[in-house]
This record gives sequence, structure tokens and C-alpha cells, in this order.
Amino acid sequence: MVIKKQDEINLPYSEVTPKKVFFDRRKFLGGMALTGAAAFAGFEAFKMAQPEEVAHANTKLSFGKSAYSDTEKPTLLKDITSYNNYYEFGTDKDEPARYAGTLKTRPWTVAIEGEVKKPQTMDIDSLMKLAPLEERIYRHRCVEGWSMVIPWIGFPLSALIDRAQPTSKARYVQFITLFDRQQMPHAGNVLDWPYSEGLRMDEAMHPLTILVFGLYGEVLPNQNGAPVRVHVPWKYGFKSAKSIVKIRFVEQQPETTWNIMAPNEYGFYSNVNPEVDHPRWSQASERVIGAGLFSARKPTQLFNGYGKLVANLYSGMDLRKNY
Amino acid sequence: MSRSRLIPIVKVVVFIAALLPLVWLVWKALHEDLGANPVEFITHATGDWALTFLLSSLAITPLRKIAKFSELIRFRRMLGLYGFFYASLHLLTFVGLDHHFAWAEVLPDVYKRPFVTAGFTAWLLMVPLALTSTTWSIRKLGGKNWQRLHRLVYFSAIAAVVHYWWLVKKDITDPLIYAVILGVLLGFRIAAKFVGRRSGSVGSSSPVVAPRP
Repeated sequence: MVIKKQDEINLPYSEVTPKKVFFDRRKFLGGMALTGAAAFAGFEAFKMAQPEEVAHANTKLSFGKSAYSDTEKPTLLKDITSYNNYYEFGTDKDEPARYAGTLKTRPWTVAIEGEVKKPQTMDIDSLMKLAPLEERIYRHRCVEGWSMVIPWIGFPLSALIDRAQPTSKARYVQFITLFDRQQMPHAGNVLDWPYSEGLRMDEAMHPLTILVFGLYGEVLPNQNGAPVRVHVPWKYGFKSAKSIVKIRFVEQQPETTWNIMAPNEYGFYSNVNPEVDHPRWSQASERVIGAGLFSARKPTQLFNGYGKLVANLYSGMDLRKNY
Repeated sequence: MSRSRLIPIVKVVVFIAALLPLVWLVWKALHEDLGANPVEFITHATGDWALTFLLSSLAITPLRKIAKFSELIRFRRMLGLYGFFYASLHLLTFVGLDHHFAWAEVLPDVYKRPFVTAGFTAWLLMVPLALTSTTWSIRKLGGKNWQRLHRLVYFSAIAAVVHYWWLVKKDITDPLIYAVILGVLLGFRIAAKFVGRRSGSVGSSSPVVAPRP
């Protein structure tokens, strides 16, 4: 996979952080060595800006920066950790923060199976060491019409795929989320558990697609999909499966949870696209979380603004049909 | 009768109590306590209260028959008007706070999105009811006509529940609760009509003009 140069991946964006804020932030970040201690200082600074306590694992991670990061100001940690769609812990947005405390993230293993030369079960702690951790500040657009900017910590999923060595038959990757009623007493029977999502192999190999272990410099809070999830920033949020226990390499397009529930509303691709409405609501604009009560909605961008990097994956495809 | 002399006082209490959800919202807004998505919070809260008051106003007739407490009728107008009040705040939140009065975004929604169509219909059906809620209107229209017009409230309530049902992504628990309550309230009327006809009494209409103290 070709690594893009920095100037190619500074995405054009209508609403770049004001210059002063931007430079202050860069100075602030640049002034620190990117060690665990610096990350902790960064987190402390963010905490000062948000007095409320949040459920957070409070374990610092060491990480580097990434040229794939967005330049927008990240959404407050408080908002990222209190406004979640994680139906295994309840369908209200504030329920995962309240109920995900019962999720046990250690011991944790991820099974890698299917069409691979090296099927294996990896312990979460060795999985985390597979590649150097990076901070990836990504835009996150939910299919419901809201968005955040999230400073994830992780590395490209391709590092894991390379390690597993998929066979020529592997055309899709499927992600299976943990499902355990003991740990998830609020799950109900809303969805067809366990939660399943999938990507085409080229989407999974794309350098923007990451395995996520942390947020704001620390390990992932449970409600955000601890201990490991994926994030695919040009797709609607539900494509990015949380708390992954199984990664399966398959020949046929895998069944995915929301697609099973309502195939006319949630397609396999689910690329962010302002032109293709959800059958029940418009996708033309989004409400920016943290922008305040009187803020206007922001126009949604094709591929969530990552078109320069990902549009070629879908050349010749009818995005209206392959929604 | 002491019970009926208490009613004006109780009315004041109910009037103030019905404003509390609004006070609570304003309080939370001032203290930035509306969560990560304050616009959504206000939208949901005003929608919930609109439905609650609308269904409460529909509960008056069955309750006064079951409890044989006819004075309850004097709360019906107030509860109905509060339903309209919160429904209007709900609509205003959607159009104003969420879409900043961008009519080019909002108007297509009204006919393109079935759930918006249903919600707007529910509100629109309440407009003539609110406008003719005065005693003067009742006299002007005449009891029979007024009552015929005000049967629109049934369709408004059905549209409101359908609106809620159609917008949820998957977990239909909450709209289902409203739907069951509405079903019971409408079912009572159908049953009462049926029983009334069989027992020979004419209809089951409630007095249209609230008796003045």
C-alpha cells in the first residue's frame, strides 16, 4: 500500500479551525515530546477544560502523530464518552456510559479466522503491540445525522491483515462484537446479536482504516468499544464495530447487523453521502456535537470529506445503488 | 360541594405544574446541562411532553365516567392547550433551533419524510382546536358543531404516535407505550358508544361547555 505524502492528505475542509487556535494547538502539541508523559499532560489539559468526571480507563498510552489526522478541534472527551450508540448497553445515548462498566476487557482475545494462512487467537496486549500506536484525529459521522471529531489511538488494520496473511479467496473482512448477556444485561432483543460488520478487502487494507485501542491518549473507555474496535472514517459510524472478538476473512460479502435489520435503510457500503438520503431522513447536513445549542447544522461531505483518499475504491460504482 | 369549590385552586396548581417541564428545560439550558446534543434533547423533551398532555386530555372523558367525577371536564381544555403548546415548541425547535429556519431544508421534509409529515399533520390538526378552545367559540359554533370539529383530536393523537413510531431506528419501546395508552383511550370510547347504544342511552357525549362556577 502506497503511503501518501503529507500535502496530499491535508484534506480540504470548509471549516478549518481558526488559525490562531490551530497554531496554538500545534505549538502545544509540538512542544511536547510524544511520550506517555506528554500524552498525560495533554489529557490533563483537556480535563481542565471539562470539569465533569467521565468514565475513563485512565491508562496512558504512548503514541506518535499521524499525517492522516484531521486539523479540526476534537470534540470534548465528555461528549465523546456520554453520547454513544452501543445497543448492547441500552439504546439511549447516555446508557452505554452508565452501563458499560460491566464489560470486562481483560483477559481478552481476538480470533483471526477464515481464509488466512495463519489463523490465530491473539491476546489483546500482544495485538496492541503489533504496530506502533498513532493518534488519528478523525471525523465521525453517524447515520442519524450528527458528527464528532475524535482523537483515536490505534494503527492501520492492514498491519493485522498482513500478519494474518489472507489467502486469495479472502475478499471481505467480517468483524464480530462480543455478546455476553452477563456483561450486557441491558442488551434486550433489539438487534440480532452478536453485532456483525464487514468491509471489502480493499477497504479494510486502506491506510485510513484503523484498529482503535485508545481515545484522547488513554485506553478506550468501555462505552466507546473497548478494548479494540475499528474506525472507518468515510463510512457511517455503525460500520465501525466495537469490542471485537473475532475477525473473519471470507469469500462472500458477510451479513451485517443493520443490513439484516433494515436492508433498504442500511446498505453494506454505507459510505457517507449527502446526496443519498436515508429513506426516512435527509443526509445532506449534520449536527456537530459540542457546537452548542444555537449552532447551525453543517453540510455533510461526500465520503465524510475523505474523498481524495477513498473515492478511487468506488470508481465506476453507482453509489445510489450501492448505498 | 367542597370538591367543586376546590377546583379553581387545583386548576391553578395544574396550570403551574404543566409549565414545570419548560422551566426544567430552560434551567438545564442555562446550566449547559442538556448533554452532548442539546437540540436533540429539547426536541425529544418537548415531543414527549406534547404527547403526554395530548393523551392526558384524552384521558379526561374516560376518567370522569369511570370515577363518576364530572368536574374533571374542567381540566380538559387546559391539558389540550398544553399539548398544543409543547407541540408548538417541538415544531419550533425543529424548524428554528435545528434548521435555523432554512425553509428549503424543512419544507421538503414535510412531504418527503413520512415521519415529519405525520408530526406536522398532528400539529396542524391541533391548530383549529386551539383556536376554537374559547367559550365564545363554543357558543358561536354551537355544541354539536364544536364537538364534531374537536373529534379531530383523535386523528391528531394517532398522527402524533405514528410520528414517533416512524422516527425511531429500532427500539420501539417508547412509542409502543404511547400507542398502547392511546389504544386504551380510543378503545374506551368505542366500547362506551357500543354499550351506550345497546342500553338505549343516546351517545356518550360530554357536556361541551364547562359549567361556570
